[in-house]
Amino acid sequence: MDLPTPQHLALPGDKIREITGFGMSFRADSYVFQPTTLDEVREVFALARQVGRNIVLRGAGRSYGDAAIDAESIALDFTQMKRFLSWDPETGIAECEPGVTIEDLWRTGLPHGWWPKVVSGTMFPTLGGALAMNIHGKNNFRMGTLGDNVLEIDLMTVDGKVRTLTPDQELFYAAISSAGLLGVITRVKLGMKKVHSGDLKVYAESLPNWDAQIEAFEKRAENADYMVSWVDCFGSGAGAGRGLFHAAWHLPDEDSESLLPFHQDLPEKIAKVVPKSQVWRILKPLNNRFGMKWLNAAKHLSGKFVGNRKMHTQSLVAFSFLLDYVPNWRNAYLPDGFIQYQTFVPKEAAKRVFAKQIEMTQEAKMEPFLGVLKKHKPDRFLLSHSLDGYSFALDFKVSEETWPRLQRLCQRMNEMVIESGGRFYLAKDGTLTPEHAQAYLGENLTTLQLLKKELDPEGLLTSGQARRLKLFESA
Amino acid sequence: MAKFKHAIVVGASSGIGREIARQLAASGCRVGAVARRGERLAELEKEFPQLIVPCVHDATDYDSVPKVFQDLTGQVGGLDLIVYASGVMPIVEVDEYSFEKDKAMIDTNVLGAIAWLNQAAERFSHTGHGSLVGIGSVAGDRGRMKQPVYNASKAALHTYLEALRNRLDRKGVKVVTIKPGPVKTEMTAGLDMPGMMEPEQVAAFVIKKASKTGEHYVSPKHAVIFAIIRNIPSWIFRRLNI
Ligand SMILES: Cc1cc2nc3c(=O)[nH]c(=O)nc-3n(C[C@H](O)[C@H](O)[C@H](O)COP(=O)(O)OP(=O)(O)OC[C@H]3O[C@@H](n4cnc5c(N)ncnc54)[C@H](O)[C@@H]3O)c2cc1C
Ligand SMILES: NC(=O)c1ccc[n+]([C@@H]2O[C@H](COP(=O)([O-])OP(=O)(O)OC[C@H]3O[C@@H](n4cnc5c(N)ncnc54)[C@H](OP(=O)(O)O)[C@@H]3O)[C@@H](O)[C@H]2O)c1
Repeated sequence: MDLPTPQHLALPGDKIREITGFGMSFRADSYVFQPTTLDEVREVFALARQVGRNIVLRGAGRSYGDAAIDAESIALDFTQMKRFLSWDPETGIAECEPGVTIEDLWRTGLPHGWWPKVVSGTMFPTLGGALAMNIHGKNNFRMGTLGDNVLEIDLMTVDGKVRTLTPDQELFYAAISSAGLLGVITRVKLGMKKVHSGDLKVYAESLPNWDAQIEAFEKRAENADYMVSWVDCFGSGAGAGRGLFHAAWHLPDEDSESLLPFHQDLPEKIAKVVPKSQVWRILKPLNNRFGMKWLNAAKHLSGKFVGNRKMHTQSLVAFSFLLDYVPNWRNAYLPDGFIQYQTFVPKEAAKRVFAKQIEMTQEAKMEPFLGVLKKHKPDRFLLSHSLDGYSFALDFKVSEETWPRLQRLCQRMNEMVIESGGRFYLAKDGTLTPEHAQAYLGENLTTLQLLKKELDPEGLLTSGQARRLKLFESA
Repeated sequence: MAKFKHAIVVGASSGIGREIARQLAASGCRVGAVARRGERLAELEKEFPQLIVPCVHDATDYDSVPKVFQDLTGQVGGLDLIVYASGVMPIVEVDEYSFEKDKAMIDTNVLGAIAWLNQAAERFSHTGHGSLVGIGSVAGDRGRMKQPVYNASKAALHTYLEALRNRLDRKGVKVVTIKPGPVKTEMTAGLDMPGMMEPEQVAAFVIKKASKTGEHYVSPKHAVIFAIIRNIPSWIFRRLNI
């Protein structure tokens, strides 16, 4: 990492890059530094002070909105700090630098029969970024969040000090979930789950409406390892809430071949002909209301007639990271990108709130092109998004022209979520207002502000999101 | 037309540059306004309090440009447009060969432009977006008897911008050369020239063209006339009184 010498006070001009949230609708130019050691992280803290800039922490940039970007700041990118500090194939316990990804974890663990206990719908997040957001998987209702499954972390505060945190310390629950605003997670120690096969047994069921959706989850919550459901957001009237539910179970029988990466790796071509790197180009012309209405209906029909109420096996990677199957799929949303809007609503209110959300998007003729339903359980992390209930994640296309309307729509939907006692997820947020953040975080926001005063009194660490939500302005 | 959100205008204290800064700010853009006369910039800031970021600086203080540029982009909150509008054109008699006056034109019109626009070019080449605009002049199309070094300074600017265009086009960066004819500003005060334009008009044209890579004459008439003038053979041109 080349840092400028102290007498040269300008930042190196060749470090500047445009960085974006995963949805590409939030963009900012930042001076990007990629440290490889703890001392290099400390050097960047010192440099930021010298030139009077803030720092935004960044992992793989898989958060959709503005959580890992900040205009004109120094972006401290941990993707090159990615060593395994220790790994025991006997116990499945790994100690990692923050840039180790979920992909690195499964590639290291799976050949020895270990699978990460919590994974997101994409394998590219870094552990630092994933813990800063405290990610959940399709097994959240059973396993909790990633933070619930971590043994120990190191947190480096902006004074350069490193403290080791374990689940018996309060700060552990704040450092995890606080979106990189209190310090840098520099080391993660976690255990993985023992598996005997690299495949899952998967059950698919086509569902006609919202009632059937919630029923499907509740029926299998006792014994399924994973559950997720797709919702056709163009379905209305009797078809509102229709979709395709999947539950999956680990297989108990030893199948060492299926544990190997070549069994897991996704094929290079789709239907054996189309190179997967080009698939987004096919999707792009369909990426409008009419194309997507048609595509969603086609998916619903195929779910109804192919494999409905049947079991099949699927590799862990294919089931867990379906979205990674099509590289650059997000480019279909260019030029202005998209947002993912995911809200978490208590069990009793979930059906009502989510059905109403879809009605509102249909009235506004701004239907989400993708809707995904998951079941959750509460946890004790400071900025937790999870609760005893359900989440609904919606992908909305953004255009310069419709963005103000889309923001207003999401803000009206936020009101309903807040009124039901629901929560939001900073990794997916681009539309919350300071008032909405205050409303759902309540006391926890005050705790965050007190911790900020203690651990980062100069306010060196920030993000576009922290500024937008004015998280520290009332502190 | 692209809506700019973060801009720098060098030479924003009067004439064309000031109008560009004003019109950008009126559209909601934050503008770093650079010039030597701080009191003029303060007036602008008063007019658009949240949007104009004044920056008192002499463009011929080349060594300070990298830091001033970087600090200003920080204060403005980003950069998607830079306009270099600083320029001087002292009165030069037809039989005058003042190195001092000539150097002043090269210093501000050429070297100052290179000092500032190199910074922006480097930044844009890394960020992969942005518009870089230089205010050239029809005066740079030929060497004429009245203003040898002013003509040369604008010709140098045009060629420099053309080269930047060739470097940066493939990176998604727009490089724009604007060629106004005579404009009613302090620079031309006291000069009697036909068909003078208002700076407001030129500024609106600059903003409109700022995202269209290439060279643009402000007046369509000039586009035709100067196409002809550029092609007059030298042995005829030297006998003409233009
Ligand atoms: C296709 C797709 C599917 C997804 N599916 C899910 C899902 O199923 N469940 C889920 O929970 N999420 C999901 N996500 C969201 C994603 O898991 C989170 O946004 C995650 O935080 C991304 O990690 P990252 O390394 O990219 O971090 P970034 O997005 O780069 O950063 C995230 C946050 O972490 C902070 N940060 C980064 N590194 C550190 C560090 N070392 N120390 C402290 N703070 C740090 C940043 O400042 C930022 O606030 C999905 C995202 C995508 C694109
Ligand atoms: N007017 C015309 O007819 C005409 C025609 C074609 C092209 N142009 C070109 O248009 C541009 C603007 O000219 P104008 O007509 O608007 O002239 P102007 O009213 O005299 O404005 C010139 C601007 O340049 C700034 N400037 C001069 N020297 C500077 C320096 N050393 N450092 C920083 N800023 C400096 C001035 O600010 P300070 O003095 O406050 O520093 C002022 O803001 C020039 O490049 C000019 O060559 C003008």
